[in-house]
Amino acid sequence: MATEPVPAEPAVPSLVDRYFTRWYKADLKGKPCEDHCILQHSNRICVITLAESHPVLKSGKTIKSISYQISTNCSRLQNKVSGKFKRGAQFLTELAPLCKIYCSDGEEYTISSCVRGRLMEVNENILHKPSILQEKPSTEGYIAVVLPKFEESKSITEGLLTQKQYEELMEKRSNGTASTS
Amino acid sequence: MFPLTEENKHVAQLLLNTGTCPRCIFRFCGVDFHVPYRLPYKELLHGLQKFLETEKDGLILEVLNPPPKKIRLQELEDGIDNPSQNGEARSSVIEDGSVASKNSNLNVCNVCLGILQEFCEKEFIKKVCQKVETSGFEFTNLVFSVSFPAQISVREHAAWLLVKQEMGKQSMSLGRNYVVQLKEAYKWITHPLFSEELGVPIDGKSLFEVSVVFAHPETVEDCHFLGTICPDCFKPAKNKQSVFTRMAVMKALNKIKEEDFCKQFPCPPNSPKAVCTVLEIECAHGAVFVAGRYNKYSRNLPQTPWIIDGERKLESSVEELISDHLLTVFKAESFNFSSSGREDVDVRTLGNGRPFAIELVNPHRVHFTSEEIKELQQKINKSSDKIQVRDLQLVTREAIGHMKEGEEEKTKTYSALIWTNKAIQKEDIEFLNGVKDLKIDQKTPLRVLHRRPLAVRSRVIHSMETHYVDEHHFRLYLKTQAGTYIKEFVHGDFGRTNPNIGSLMNLTADILELDVESVDVDWPPSLDD
Repeated sequence: MATEPVPAEPAVPSLVDRYFTRWYKADLKGKPCEDHCILQHSNRICVITLAESHPVLKSGKTIKSISYQISTNCSRLQNKVSGKFKRGAQFLTELAPLCKIYCSDGEEYTISSCVRGRLMEVNENILHKPSILQEKPSTEGYIAVVLPKFEESKSITEGLLTQKQYEELMEKRSNGTASTS
Repeated sequence: MFPLTEENKHVAQLLLNTGTCPRCIFRFCGVDFHVPYRLPYKELLHGLQKFLETEKDGLILEVLNPPPKKIRLQELEDGIDNPSQNGEARSSVIEDGSVASKNSNLNVCNVCLGILQEFCEKEFIKKVCQKVETSGFEFTNLVFSVSFPAQISVREHAAWLLVKQEMGKQSMSLGRNYVVQLKEAYKWITHPLFSEELGVPIDGKSLFEVSVVFAHPETVEDCHFLGTICPDCFKPAKNKQSVFTRMAVMKALNKIKEEDFCKQFPCPPNSPKAVCTVLEIECAHGAVFVAGRYNKYSRNLPQTPWIIDGERKLESSVEELISDHLLTVFKAESFNFSSSGREDVDVRTLGNGRPFAIELVNPHRVHFTSEEIKELQQKINKSSDKIQVRDLQLVTREAIGHMKEGEEEKTKTYSALIWTNKAIQKEDIEFLNGVKDLKIDQKTPLRVLHRRPLAVRSRVIHSMETHYVDEHHFRLYLKTQAGTYIKEFVHGDFGRTNPNIGSLMNLTADILELDVESVDVDWPPSLDD
């Protein structure tokens, strides 16, 4: 078996790149740099994550706690889906909040769905170990899984940025800060 | 010997007078041995006339089909002392009686509508057999099924009430089981004829079915009154041509009171204007099953056709590469493929292969020697290098269960090529060799979550064996409980399978290649080649 050909580095595209398309929502609700990244699987499932440029992922930030309690009587932790057709799921609009992240510096960030669809699950692992959100934001540190309606699986990403548009925006941003400083 | 006795005489006379055929008369007289029914129709009629003549002296010959009004009127007088029969029903008898006399030369039985008359004749049997022979089915026995128009039950009921009343006059009772069912009598007569004509026995368990469906132009006319009385029995449904199905009519007849029935439907039933028509003569062969094991050597071949939004992603599939040949050889209409689990499009199945079974629907050819099956297997194997088949054999429907039983309980072994983000040494992977019966929790993988329920499933990794390749690669051999998602066990599926190879090794792992090395289900039995 040692004779088998070994693929050159990088071996293959990563898991995310193989099966998912990255979409971005920049400056959510007009709040600068609160960027989200939505990973859409070829089967239309969306994984909501923080974009690398989100303030929470900036160096120096420490997450104090994360809460899926988005109002006094609604917690995303109560979401239960059953059966093949996922009955009972909470329905989310683009701006529906998913969770709140509280940082040790007193800042508070609301993470939103960014896509219309039904909530499948939230990532409870980040409650117990918030650091994985910063260590692996696009895999194990995901926020939630959303299943868009079948007929909306194409249209839900219309208002989002592509990977290329996002990269251009990042460049513009860094240039902007460079020129003003 | 003529099968009727003295005590049948009144009933036989009454039925004959009202336009009932000799065989139906036998049925209503409870003749339950087959031979008399098989006698030629003319002989039966003659015998019956002679039998009745001995008492009523010559009168009978004249009254045969149709009965003269004289008799009808005599009937009427009899009916008067029965308060349940009102004038309405009476008058319809007279009206229809006159219709019947106009069509006197038809002589269609008012109960069986010709089923025990011309449809028992050799001529008709031959017509059915011709259809069977040209259908091209291979068969060694057959089951014959027949469907009668719905109003036969209504007419049967009317005749039954009439006979019951007549017997009551002679202080005799009439049980339901006393009367021989029309279907029974029809089979007694026709089975030997079919058997003789086709040269094979009739066998209720045969997979080859010849079915004849009779219809009648007056079904709605005869059944209409039931719809008025029991509207809830006749609800229109999408795939029903008429609401008056046999089952619905039977249900309504069970509900309706005898007095109400007599008010609405003439007892005796009037003479029909026409004989039954043959709606269809169809042949069908029950499904047969072929099982075997397959290997899949391609990473671009799905197990079943891969179609998204009506568009094919890949041109072929395992099931088509195997089934297309079977369809041709068995001359079947369609097939259903099933297997002990399935592999992804990019996964190979090596070793002894994966058990599968194929149901061949309506096969025209079913008898094969083991030599012929072996040739068929070779034909499949020569046609493609993407798959190979072994242990191909004919199996029973019941045996397929063994394959599905094993699906969750049995073990499977795999070989996976793993990539790690951090550089590894041989020592870094050795600990995996010692891990035994590792319990893991798998949430439904994201890649299938759109079509399967969300659940956490507990699975067991029985054992692992590693083979170091280089700083970023090693080969992992796994023996797992069936139903384990291997790819997710390696990369962790966003932390949704726990533990996973990445978490066990404290790094990021990915899976580059996967092969199924064995599916440990000992069915179908292996054949030595």
